Order: sequence, then structure tokens, then C-alpha cells
Amino acid sequence: MSEVMDRPQTLNLKVVGTRPIRPDGADKVTGKATFGADFSMPGMLVGKIKRSPHAHARIVSIDTKKALALAGVKAVITAADFPDLASEEYEAGESAANLRDLALNCMARGKVLYDGHAVAAVAATSSSIADAALALITVTYDVLPHVIDVEAAMEAGAPVLHAHLFTEGLETKPDRPSNIAKRNELMRGDLEAGFAQAEVTVEGRYTTAAVHQGYIEPHACVAAFAPDGQCQVWSSSQGQFMVRTYCAKILGLEASNIRVTPTEIGGGFGGKTTVYLEPLALALSRQSGAPVKMVMTREEVFRATGPTSGAVIEVKLGAKRDGAITAARVVLKYQAGAFPGSPVGAGSMTALACYDVPNFSVTGFDVVTNSPKVAAYRAPGAPISAFGVESAMDDLARELGMDPIALRRKNAVRDGVKAAYGPTFRNIGYLETLEAIADHPHYKAPLGPNQGRGVAVGFWFNVGGESTAAVQVGEDGSAVVVTGNPDIGGSRASMAMMAAEVLGLPIEKVRPIVADTASIGFSMLTGGSRTTFATGMAVTQAAQKIVVDLKRRAAQIWDVPVEQVDWINGAAVCLDAAKADKGDLTLAALAAQSARTGGPIGAQVSLTAQGAGPGFGAHICDVEVDPETGHVTILRYTAAQDVGRAIHPAYVEGQIQGGVAQGIGWALNEEYVFDSEGRMENAGFLDYRVPVASDLPMIEPIIVEVANPRHPFGAKGVGEVPIVPPLAAVANAVRAAIGVRMTDLPLSPPKIRAVIDAR
Amino acid sequence: MSQIAYLAPTSADEAAAALIKGGATARVLSGGTDLLVQLRAGRLAPGLIVDVKRVPGAIGIRQEDGGFVIGASTPGMTIGEHAALEKAWPGVVEAVMLIGSTQIQGRASIAGNLCNASPAADSAPALIAARATCVIVGPSGRREAPVEAIGIAPGRTSLAKGEFVLEIRLPPRAARSADAYLRSIPRTEMDIAVVGAGVNLTLDADGVIADARVALGAVGPTVALAPDAGAAIIGTRLDEAALARLDDAARSACQPISDKRGTVDFRTKIAGVLARRAAAIAYGRARGRA
Repeated sequence: MSEVMDRPQTLNLKVVGTRPIRPDGADKVTGKATFGADFSMPGMLVGKIKRSPHAHARIVSIDTKKALALAGVKAVITAADFPDLASEEYEAGESAANLRDLALNCMARGKVLYDGHAVAAVAATSSSIADAALALITVTYDVLPHVIDVEAAMEAGAPVLHAHLFTEGLETKPDRPSNIAKRNELMRGDLEAGFAQAEVTVEGRYTTAAVHQGYIEPHACVAAFAPDGQCQVWSSSQGQFMVRTYCAKILGLEASNIRVTPTEIGGGFGGKTTVYLEPLALALSRQSGAPVKMVMTREEVFRATGPTSGAVIEVKLGAKRDGAITAARVVLKYQAGAFPGSPVGAGSMTALACYDVPNFSVTGFDVVTNSPKVAAYRAPGAPISAFGVESAMDDLARELGMDPIALRRKNAVRDGVKAAYGPTFRNIGYLETLEAIADHPHYKAPLGPNQGRGVAVGFWFNVGGESTAAVQVGEDGSAVVVTGNPDIGGSRASMAMMAAEVLGLPIEKVRPIVADTASIGFSMLTGGSRTTFATGMAVTQAAQKIVVDLKRRAAQIWDVPVEQVDWINGAAVCLDAAKADKGDLTLAALAAQSARTGGPIGAQVSLTAQGAGPGFGAHICDVEVDPETGHVTILRYTAAQDVGRAIHPAYVEGQIQGGVAQGIGWALNEEYVFDSEGRMENAGFLDYRVPVASDLPMIEPIIVEVANPRHPFGAKGVGEVPIVPPLAAVANAVRAAIGVRMTDLPLSPPKIRAVIDAR
Repeated sequence: MSQIAYLAPTSADEAAAALIKGGATARVLSGGTDLLVQLRAGRLAPGLIVDVKRVPGAIGIRQEDGGFVIGASTPGMTIGEHAALEKAWPGVVEAVMLIGSTQIQGRASIAGNLCNASPAADSAPALIAARATCVIVGPSGRREAPVEAIGIAPGRTSLAKGEFVLEIRLPPRAARSADAYLRSIPRTEMDIAVVGAGVNLTLDADGVIADARVALGAVGPTVALAPDAGAAIIGTRLDEAALARLDDAARSACQPISDKRGTVDFRTKIAGVLARRAAAIAYGRARGRA
């Protein structure tokens, strides 16, 4: 398609860069939007899950006879109702998974590996009958010693979760199973020589607690299994195609027999890039012959879904007196939860991504523990390693007597520099982002007693991948944009805006919808900050195809060569002066005549988007610490980020603010608390403390725009970068306020008071 | 399946009879912000719920004999919006306004906060410091008891079978008196006190503290008066030395536990801090009325 733009359009934009009302806004603010739990079918049953009360136990037996005999109970399932899958890696970008582990996480087979692990499920005619049926299922356990702490799990004598798990990535193949699933290493230069050159070194050991994504909407779905083997699923997830694939694999079905319709999603943050309920609901529906609805409670969400790793991070940095870093050593130990697959790989790759370091090693350990299997959480792995590295950078700046932004500028990666994780950076806006905070009045504002200021930076790759988009023009000259990506961050608005920009339509004339798996071509899930970049590229190209087609139609009507037709402001314009009296042909006029010019107007584009621009953020945080209560108040927060091009600046700002809010929660109060038996003690929003509105100041976003040449409008991913810096930005501010380095998150009041008492 | 019966009697006698008849699984519903949550979480399985909000006196605020009578089921918001009550008992009102959240306060009541018998109940320290009493009605009629007599252990009250709290009474206010309540939570709202401190005091004409009561929450099995803490500031103008004695006495009164919300050490220290700070606020308020 020769007409497809080969460089980003950044000038004369009419829609991109404006702030229209979101197309799904009215439904959401009036409570009409259909979320996972809102969908119902006639004759639907209620499905519920029996969960393990033990952190680690062998399942001796499961007796479901009494439950099945209870009036109103229509199906009872256990692992025996699912195929015993072989271990098989399924590659799907950020949602890569081992299918056997995925199935075992949905339903335990032989062994339970964490408190809350599913062991059986029932479908009944009412919620209370389902509850009664769960109570009638007798599970006999042989309780085993458990281990949750990441370093304890790595020890030689630790209880072993999986007898078949041998550490990958060691020089010699281990002869005994271990909880260390994998060791990975990134290296450059000569570490020893680098530290030998150093005139100043700093070192630290940092820990973070397991934290949950904390989406407001619990997991929910409805599944209907028809007698002919055709299945339908309605569920809240970050990807209907992901749900289809995983359900097919776990149940041994043909993917083509499963149609998945995405409902509205009430937050995902990476936590809905996998399945928990859908395969069980399908199995219950298959057995009962009726549709089955399953909705988790908040307690189930905490105990059995989500979190991201608790971790230990060790950092050593060496630098010259002028601030030039000569060497960096980073060791990362991440909890994976019950099955391998912590985000330690991404944590390793991002750890030093902001810095041009000649000699380094980053070693990562992926460690299984008796806690819920971790799921992706917004820039998976990166906030954890950044907490360690950015805390150490802050200490290094203090040690050198250097401004922390200046130290970061001194060592900053820039275009042409080979990233610590491999590729060479192009068109990055990191230095511009650092300048944006250095120049901001916040950075020079005076501070009072017990107050401190912290700076930290962060990086995320952002990804592209496979996407499909269709644009259909209606008979009245309006357009519908169809994609396969659930809208978790305002992406419907940006899809509609990009189509409107190309077609020359006002945004109100473009309706974006998110379609089911049978109604649009394959798209990878919404994750990795990919949708506005990759699906946006597909939308733009589909709209461009339509413009090409419209010009052809206009040329046909005017009987001029197509070169004599241009598309301006939503209308075909005839460039042939002799025929200028014909007037313009608007999209509506062309749509009205479409039957005579080739039929309905529409185009679909499927592509694999490459060239996602990496994102950088730089944050400033001011805190005040109450030295008597240990309470930290966030006084002011400013976050600059290179976003390439903000398609809808208000939603870009919302992403930045949301990421910061979650990062502040991670820094200050959020943590999984387990009792001595390995049971989660705070499985609810009362004692698992996400920030409330009154905890946060206005978070000021600064949009930095260094265009990504690979996107039609210059966009880079936005949603993940902003959660990377806040953990360290807060900790560095607390360090400045109290004069003591706090290394263990969360920085809850009792810990701070204890440190102040000891200083 | 289990069934729940619901009754909304319109007299105290009727309510008491229903509670007796309902037996061990009967529960009183006031605002319901604890009861319904516990029911949904499966921690309670009541056979009968007796909604007492229609019993005369259960809702409303009136002034009587120089004091205030608060219907025990009056929603928090109504209490928070009562200007005269807020002027006389700012500490009691600010304590009630900390229960739950704005939405919760549309329903939550003092009766529920006290009878849930949590050692962390926010209204209790302020009410105990204020010498508030409860009017309790039941099968054997009507009795009055100090607020500190209601909770006897976490989740347990001294109420007899069939009894419920109908009114909260606040005594007449002496001149130059004021109160204050503070609590410590990790966040800024929507949380449960890790420590709570209520202070109520009266100054003499010279600004010297003539009477003081300090009550502490979440640092023992029940919310309790700390008599030594009150005594530590009587006869003073709340100078540094008096505040230090108050801090010591408040800490000495603590018998906390370590749990997911706080450690023994942290709770004890914070009890001293909050007692001092609440005393300073109450003192400032009382002086402002001199």
C-alpha cells in the first residue's frame, strides 16, 4: 500500500492530541456498562470453588458424593475432569505460560501448593446451595512443610514444591530438584576491573513484599457448553483470544469451538492476562448442561490470583568521583509463587536499562514458593529491580555530593547506546524526561522540617505484536472501528481518534467496539503497553486503506484519474481544475453512492507491529514523615514521561497518575501478610491497604513527546513506565526526610518509627 | 438451606421479646455496617435479625437536662451535622465521624460501634472519656450503664439476653470543657484504629486542668479508661512535664497485642503520642472557650 505513511504524522492534526469525552464514558458513569459479573443467561447455574486451607499438602482423597447428592447441585468437578497435560511452554509475549502449570493452578492435582489453591468446584441452582455443596466435599490432606520467603525457599533443606523441577541456567545440570526454577544472567565487560576503577562504591540489600494488582473488579465469567460441543464464554479479561486458547488447551477442546466475548473490564494491570475461572465454568457447564456463572469474592482474588513477587534485590555500584559509573552488580531473587514464572527476567533486563554502564552483571533467580502463582503486574518485575538500583543510585549521589538528576544525566543511555538488555536505543526521550523534572519548579521548591525529596527513574520496553482492526463505514458516513483488544486504559478513545484523524471525521462520528473472537481477527491481549501502538497501527492502516478506496470511488464518479483526487478534511477533492465545479465528495456522499462504486466501504488490517518505542519516566516525590507516629505523607509528586506522542493526553495523564498511585501503595502499605501456617491474613481491602484518595496529593504528569518513527502518529506505550520509579522515589524521599536509608518495603509506620527510634 | 427471619418492631418491649424468642442466633440490627458484612463473610449465621431502628428513641438527638441524648441507632452523618452537639462534644463527634467512610456513616451507629465490641471501636474512647452512659432496654426493663461497661472482651458485651442499647447520654457540660479524639491508621481514612485516644478535660478559671479523663482504644482487649493518664495532667497547664507524664501513664496503661495491624512496641509508643496530642487539642479547644 503505497499510500501508507512512512513517517509519523505530527503536524496539522485535528483529532490526535485533543481530549474528547471517552466513547464508553456515559455507560460507565451511569453504571450501565456490563462488567464480568453483570452478564447473565436464562437457566444459569452458580459455580463456586472449594479451596485448600493449607499452604502445602498432598491431597489424599476428595469425596464429592454427598455434594453431588444434594438437591440443586448439578455438577461437581475436580482435577479428574481435566486432561493431565504434559509440560508445554506456550509463547504469547507477556502472557507466556506453561500449559501444565496453568491447568494445575486452575485446579490442583495430587498436591496443593498454596492457601486458596482450587481443589474442586460445584455448580448449583443457587448461591447458598453451592455453598452448602462445598461444605459437603471432604478433602483429606497430608499437610507438608511450606516455604514462602524467597531466600528460605532457595536454601538446600527447604521443602521442595515440585519433585520434577531442576534449576535451569546452571553450568552443570543439577542432580536434585530445587525451588530455584531458573537462574538468568546478563553481563558486559569486566566486572572486577570495573570495581577496581571505582573511586566510590555503594552497596545495598533491599526487599519488597508480594503485592496484588488490586483491580476493583473481581474475576467473573459465564460459560455455556452446547450439546454439539460449541462453547461460549463471556468474561472479564485482558484478552478474549488468550481466554480462548487457554480454555482450549486446559480442557482439550478445539479453539475453533470456543467463542469468547469480552465484557467490560474493571481493571487488570496485568492480573487478567491469564485464566482462573473460565476453564472451570466450561467444565461445570459441560457436566451440567446449563450455563454456569462464576464470580470470585475479594478474598478469593487475594488468595488465589495475581500478586507479583516479593523479592530480595542486592545492588553494588562503583563510580568515579565525577559520577561516571564503572561497574554495577545486581542480584535479584523473585518469588514465583506456586509455579515457575516470576518476572525476574524482565526485572533483570530493565534493572540497568536507564544507564550506560561499561561493566556489569545482573543475576536473577526465579523461585517457587507456597504462595499464589504470580501474574503480570504493570511493568512486571521492573519496579522491584528499580527499587534496588534507584535506592543505590540515590546513595551514590549522596556519597559523591552530586545532584541525583545530574548523576543520572551523567550516566544516561541515549540514542546509539547499546541497552544493558541487548538492543541499541533509537529515538528515546530519556534525557528530555530528565530535563523536564530538573527544570520543573517542584525540584527547587523549599522543604520544611521532617520533609524530604526523592528522585527516581524507570524504564519499560513496551511491545508491539499481532493485532487486527477493521473499520466499517456506515451508509450515513459514520465509521465503526472494530478491534480485539479489551479497553483497560482508554484505548477505545485512542482507536477512534486515530481512525477519525485519517478519515477526516469528527470523533463523534467514529464508534469503537471491542469484538468477540469470532467477529474480528486474532489480536494478542491488551498488555505490554501495546494496544495504542500495535492495534493503533492496524486501525490507522485500515483507515488509510479506506481513504485509498474512497479516492478511487471519487475518481470513478468524476471520471478523472485517481491521481487527480485528494482526501482533505473528510472529503474527496478534485484537483483537476477543469472539473473543479463538481464540488467535494464527503464521506457521507460517497457512502450514499457506494452501491454503484464497488459496494460497502470497509477495510481490515492484520499485522505484527514492530518498533515499539521504549519508555522512560523520571519522578520527583516530596514526603513528610511524622517522627512520632512513623506516618509518611506524600506532599507533592511530579512524574515526567516520554510517551512518543500522546494520542489522548488526558488518558495518558491518567495512566501516569494511576501508575504512580499504585507505586506509592507498593512503597508505603501494601503487602501480603501470611501467618505461621502460610495462610494469608489480610485477604481484603481493609488490611491490604491500597492508597485511598485522601492519601495522595495531585500527581502532576509531564508529557514529554519524542516521536516514535515506527508508529503512524509517533506513539509509544504509556501504561507501565509510571509504576517503575515510585517505589524508590518514595524511599529516597523518606531517606532525605529522616536521614536513614529504609531498604524493606512497605515503609509502614511501625517500621519507620522503629528506625527513627534507633537512629 | 438456612433461613433468616427479619423483624422490625416498633416498641422496646416487642424488640426485647423478639430477641428472647430468637435465642442464641438472634442479632440486633442497627446501622448494619458490621452485622451485614459479617453475615456476608460467613462469620455469622443469624436465624433472626431484629431491626431496632423503629423503636421510639432509637434515632434522633435531643438536649435534655443540660446534656445530650443520642438515639443509639442514629446514623453517623446525622451526628456529624448536629451543630450544638459538635460544639459541646467535638471529640465525640470527630470520633464518630472516623468510623468507616462517608458512605458507611450514612448508616453506621454508635450502638453498633459499641456492641460490635471491637477494642478498636473509634467512638468508644471519646465516649468513655466523656463519661457517656448507655440506656439499655430489655426484658427486665430499662437500665443505664457507663459506656466502658458494654464491651467486656473482643466481640463480647455485657448485655443480657434480650437487651439492646437504645440511647447514648452525654452529661451536662461544665464551662471551659472540651474533648478530642485521635487515632493512628496507616492510611488517612477507611481503616481501623491501630491505636485510639480520647481525652476530655475541664479547666478552672485560671486555665489549669481541673478534671481530665483519658481513654485508649486498640491497646487492650477492651477500650478502657486510663485513670493515671488523666491524673497526670490534672493541676497543670499541660506543660512539657505534664505531657511527658501523660505519655508515660498512657503507655503504662497499654496491654496490646502484636498482630497484622501493629506490634506491641509500636502500639504502646503511639498510645503515648496520641494521648499527648489529643490532650493538646482538647486543651486548646477548652482555652478557646474561656
